[in-house]
Amino acid sequence: MRPRVYWPVSLAAAALVALLTYGVTSTGPDTSIDERLADGERVEAPVADLPKLGSEGTGSLADHEGKVVVLNIWASWCPPCVEEMPLLQRTHERIASRGGIVLGIDTQDASEDALSFLRDYDIDFPSLRDRDREYGRSLGVSGYPETFLIDREGRIVALRRGPITRAWLDEHLNPLLEEQA
Amino acid sequence: MRLLVALVLVVGLTAAAEPRATLPDIEDEVMCVECRTALNVSTAPVADQERAFIRARIAEGMTKEQIKAALVREYGPDVLAEPGDDGFDLAAWLVPGALVALAAGGVVLLARRWRSEPDAPAAGPDLDPDDARRLDAELTAFDR
Repeated sequence: MRPRVYWPVSLAAAALVALLTYGVTSTGPDTSIDERLADGERVEAPVADLPKLGSEGTGSLADHEGKVVVLNIWASWCPPCVEEMPLLQRTHERIASRGGIVLGIDTQDASEDALSFLRDYDIDFPSLRDRDREYGRSLGVSGYPETFLIDREGRIVALRRGPITRAWLDEHLNPLLEEQA
Repeated sequence: MRLLVALVLVVGLTAAAEPRATLPDIEDEVMCVECRTALNVSTAPVADQERAFIRARIAEGMTKEQIKAALVREYGPDVLAEPGDDGFDLAAWLVPGALVALAAGGVVLLARRWRSEPDAPAAGPDLDPDDARRLDAELTAFDR
């Protein structure tokens, strides 16, 4: 191949390889929150206005400033989410008087199904809709369910990528509720 | 009045001409939002929910385009099996075009090179006079 043709072809091939590499590496979940928590840091929780599930208007984490928030990412089609819902509802009832709240983020879910699911399980903690997981991506969400414990200053203190347990909540949530803003 | 009746008839006929939406026709243009495969090959729980959503909209009499719009309202634009028009997704539209342009450029370059080449192969160097005489003699002997 002559040099005059060789360079443009090589550059085009290199650009294609770079594009493919970027495409492959950029699709993985963001684990930066996990890493900073592992280093003992508290991480500023991302805030975004999201539509309220089952009512008009939008809401966000900022609406619950000064409260300890158990932020739960769920979907009605996700069996582990269904399993942990009663525990989350009990937790919501238990911590409400201590300045805490469970806030659901219903993700990639049909709203009719989500509302029907909440009715069936008598869930009354508020939920917001993250229809395409854009907000979830800012939290590094890679599956369902995932739960984030957020202190009264809006910082993530602990997270669970998978179903929560009562023991995990006791270990991380109770000390948070003791803290004052 | 006649114009209005004619307009209503045209609109009615156009709507009637639109084929009824079917699940197989929509499934291959929609993604399973969680597993990121085409809906028609996915068995994930969310894919079942998406199929149920589509069936319910078909039962309501929605057209294919209306159902796809309803899917986008519920699950976001990523539910459609076509790349977006911003960010990295833009590459899916630009790269094929760039490759076609490169290939066309290559074809043009090759064509120009072929056109500039002479039809017959270039003649070799002139023969030495002694060699030319010997060649003539051998050819003459060969012809006899």
